[in-house]
Amino acid sequence: MLRGLWKLTWIEIKVFLREPLGAIGTIVFPVLAFLVIGRVAGHNIPAPSLAASGFLRVGLPVLAALLISVSSVLSLVTIVSIYREGGILKRLRATPLRPQTILTAHVIVKLGLTAATLGLLALAGKRYYPIGMHVRWFSFTVALLISTLSILSIGFLIASIVPTARFAQPIGAAILYPMIGVSGLFTRVSAMPPVVQAVARVLPMTYSVSLLEGIWAGDAWSAHIGDVAALALVFFVCTALSAKVFRWE
Amino acid sequence: MAARENCMSSRTTPGPVIQVSGVRKTYGATVAVDEVSFDVNDGEIFGLIGPNGAGKTTTMECIEGLRRPDRGTISVLGFDPFRQVYKLQERIGVQLQQAQLQKRIKVWEAVDLWASLYRKKSVDGEHLLEHLGLAEKRGAWFMNLSGGQKQRLFIALALINDPEVVFLDELTTGLDPQSRRAIWDLVRGIRDRGKTVFLTTHLMEEAERLCDRVAIIEHGRIIDIDTPERLVDRHCPERTVVLVTSDPNSVERFRAIPRVEEVICRDSKFTIRGRGDDFVTEVIHCLSENHIRVTDFRTILPNLEDVFLKLTGHSIRD
Repeated sequence: MLRGLWKLTWIEIKVFLREPLGAIGTIVFPVLAFLVIGRVAGHNIPAPSLAASGFLRVGLPVLAALLISVSSVLSLVTIVSIYREGGILKRLRATPLRPQTILTAHVIVKLGLTAATLGLLALAGKRYYPIGMHVRWFSFTVALLISTLSILSIGFLIASIVPTARFAQPIGAAILYPMIGVSGLFTRVSAMPPVVQAVARVLPMTYSVSLLEGIWAGDAWSAHIGDVAALALVFFVCTALSAKVFRWE
Repeated sequence: MAARENCMSSRTTPGPVIQVSGVRKTYGATVAVDEVSFDVNDGEIFGLIGPNGAGKTTTMECIEGLRRPDRGTISVLGFDPFRQVYKLQERIGVQLQQAQLQKRIKVWEAVDLWASLYRKKSVDGEHLLEHLGLAEKRGAWFMNLSGGQKQRLFIALALINDPEVVFLDELTTGLDPQSRRAIWDLVRGIRDRGKTVFLTTHLMEEAERLCDRVAIIEHGRIIDIDTPERLVDRHCPERTVVLVTSDPNSVERFRAIPRVEEVICRDSKFTIRGRGDDFVTEVIHCLSENHIRVTDFRTILPNLEDVFLKLTGHSIRD
């Protein structure tokens, strides 16, 4: 069933790392940006004190984590549409390779990329950003991967619909970044106007933020079963939808 | 090639390898192919020829199982290509028109990946690359290959599973004449190893030089099917002889040649048209009998291009 999956995954990783902006754009740049913000803002707050504003203590790390995840998703949307436009998907389909194998390989690559970037971020943060010393990194990584998987399914849906590769990145960005805006990261969802609240409640990013903030702050998983369930629901709905509308060429 | 010995013995299906019957495929209101029927025999190079947009690729992709025809039946090696596509794909090799690979995938990585996709043991990839003249490019990125090298890589990928039927769609389009000839030799080599080749082309010269049999397709319909020679004989029996002579009495003599249809004289250059296989012999006979001295003599024989023109009323390049 998954014949060729590991070979394809390994090749996709290598192909990605050979892109001139691949590794730099998706891994090094977010880490650098995080470090710069950390240096500027981090010095102004007394280390892990409760006096530091909520956003700097919890919001900024979660934002950074979400941005990593969104950039992985956007790169997936772009790659899928480029592969479709170039006939690569079609060529792969004319082999015994199953469609789900091709897509699984890309999801694995993107999840790995997300985890790797988060790891680098954590290492860099330890040195320069005195917050998050006591965070349970394993749990947080798992939470981010669950979020990413859910957002990836939206990415696939976008990739299934966008007409050309040129529009893939901007359309994806126009859909995903505003989701962060109303996710409750900057303003509590309960403090938003009712209409915006209603929108926020159907968007997966809201549950990602709730989950990530909670795990970052030290909540138990049991307190966030609802968030995980919502993210899983989004994943299954979007995957089912894109399986229906996905175009190979 | 390593698998040369067993490719003949593994074949169990007698008769045609591909059977297409009454196939119709529409895209919205456009009828891409209609009532297309033909058989492809074991071990031949069969060409589907016609202008761009005639329905060649659609027909081929229906046979490969990549598209589902609206009507009609197709059988390839005894399989229904659409319903049994995965079983079929184990036993066929496919090269698609204008396909690409990942820009930065290396030649050997592509061959290695493809080899891992098939259930049965693949042929030796390194050997295949060497045979196709790609050995020194094995570490090169796909994007840095020339057009001819890319096509040779696609041939390698189509052959990696030692297929019984190989599909080649517009294989040499966009290549220079030298690469084209090299690829023709490779395709003949595939047939000589006992495989069946199904190809499409809009190049009449390619069809004439390469194919054992061709089907001419236009506007989604098959117009005629046969060997290139028989198609020419059937549809274009005209023969033309062009010669140069200063003999003043020759015009009348030429007009008296059996089955001559037209004699055009410009200065001392004569264009003599007639029909039938024996016409050229008759002209030579007339020259020797009348002791007509010629300083130039050549024949212009009709080819597939002329057949196409005759059958469709326009050139394939229009």
